[in-house]
Amino acid sequence: MDLILNRYRNLTALVAAILVQLILLAYQVKSNTEVRLIRVWAVTAVTPLARLLEGGRSGSVNFFKDYFVLLDVREQNKRLQADLNRVQLENQVLRSDLDTAERGKALSVFQEQSAMKTVAARIIGNSPGSNGRVVLIDRGTGSGIQPGMAVITPDGIVGKIVSSYPTASNLLLVTDPTFAAGVLSQKNRVHGTLKGTGNSNAMVDYVQNEQNVEIGEWFYTAGDDRIFPKGLPAGTVTAVRPGRTVKEIFLSPSGLQHGLEDVLVILEGDHKPIPDLPPPNQSVHLQPLPPAEGDAANPLNTAHNTSNNNGGAETDLDREVEHTRRIGEDQKHVFGERGRGAPDFNKIPEQKTPDNKVPDPGAHPVP
Amino acid sequence: MSDLSVGFSETPRRSKVPKFGWVAIIGVPLAAILFQVYVPRFFTYLAYLEMPLLVTVYYSLRRRSPPFGVVFGMCIGLAQDSLSNHPLGMFGIAKTLVGYFAASVSQRFEGSSDLLRLVLAFFFFFFHQFFYWVLSRALLGEAVSFEPVQTLVLAVLNAAVAVPLFRILDKLDATE
Repeated sequence: MDLILNRYRNLTALVAAILVQLILLAYQVKSNTEVRLIRVWAVTAVTPLARLLEGGRSGSVNFFKDYFVLLDVREQNKRLQADLNRVQLENQVLRSDLDTAERGKALSVFQEQSAMKTVAARIIGNSPGSNGRVVLIDRGTGSGIQPGMAVITPDGIVGKIVSSYPTASNLLLVTDPTFAAGVLSQKNRVHGTLKGTGNSNAMVDYVQNEQNVEIGEWFYTAGDDRIFPKGLPAGTVTAVRPGRTVKEIFLSPSGLQHGLEDVLVILEGDHKPIPDLPPPNQSVHLQPLPPAEGDAANPLNTAHNTSNNNGGAETDLDREVEHTRRIGEDQKHVFGERGRGAPDFNKIPEQKTPDNKVPDPGAHPVP
Repeated sequence: MSDLSVGFSETPRRSKVPKFGWVAIIGVPLAAILFQVYVPRFFTYLAYLEMPLLVTVYYSLRRRSPPFGVVFGMCIGLAQDSLSNHPLGMFGIAKTLVGYFAASVSQRFEGSSDLLRLVLAFFFFFFHQFFYWVLSRALLGEAVSFEPVQTLVLAVLNAAVAVPLFRILDKLDATE
């Protein structure tokens, strides 16, 4: 036996190593548990080094930026960015309240009523392997983080904690193929499962072909997975097409749009209703169209401007309709009435400006 | 040219087995893992650079001992596994095989040839990615896809990085 082992020493070492790892792998898969001790050692060994690197990098970068480039502006920008992030998060949670309440009042209501407890964390490393979408954050069980906790940014959901160690945790991003979360569309209340695709996009699965989902529609967390509180933005639909059994819906995750550096881990969630759609005709101030060249007093343009203020003409066709209507009104002509002929379209209608001034009679209409 | 002929000669001129200090044996793999953990945060495209694999190939080639290659590949693979969200053993098994085969090749060919290093880095990257995919599907039942063309391109890039990297690592040889 010894002779055989000596003769095939290399092969024996290989077989033994593979066998040990296969048994280890089988144990983990079968019992659905992980060999925590080895992972704790590895993460605890790497975290201080990664922190040191990150500290050195950010320290040196900040030093040059602070003292040589943007001494005060950077500090101010940092404060404003922090304020903006806070306001964005509050805005997402309280969108329904903000429709009716004053902004300041709503924010104070949020501060009083919100039960969401979060802890801020910084991303300090990526998971090894080119196909993984897992990152390492610098908060662990020491900060109260546990596996299964949701991670967000002010823009939306980012992922969930898959494993936590004393000093760090692994964060599974929404773009990882193994990620899943229950989501609900804002407009049509379509329920689906958000899944990663392995690249920068995500997809919503298990939506029947008969259900209606539109491009640009927002998806929010449904809260039924008991990981993400209800009402957090997940992303907007970038593409929809019918599949063989279920719809293929691709989503641009809103939480990852501005890069990932700092995230919030939700320690205690707070379910919120999905915000309603914004009003279909939101009042948006539009500047009047520029006047035609050499024709500042063009009656058509004037007509457009006045009608636009009333929420009327917006396109060339609208302006033509408005112009024709004015001609009809001016000449007391009822369009469509039999035996009345046509009005004189060459006659310029009298303009009803706010101060009732008649436009320059020398102005000529646009053909 | 003489370098190439040495690389593919069936009875190569056997140079001495290099000796590496413990700092090089432990520090370089640790740095490679840290590189993969930390650097892609800022340079996303560098995530495709499999530094731990290249280090495994290098040490296995230079030491010319399959048992060493097995143990070295297993350790570096398990360390990678412990920092990922996959079960322990996935990278471990793949890199164990890479270490073994790289060391076996070095017993037949001279491992200091640049062309041989280029070819081996290319081959072992492709083998590593393919075998990892097979393990993911067969053992974990994950529906991950394998894109041969993309993997081949990445293998070329890794091989291109491997040659200068191995030259730098040659400087750690205590016998030179």
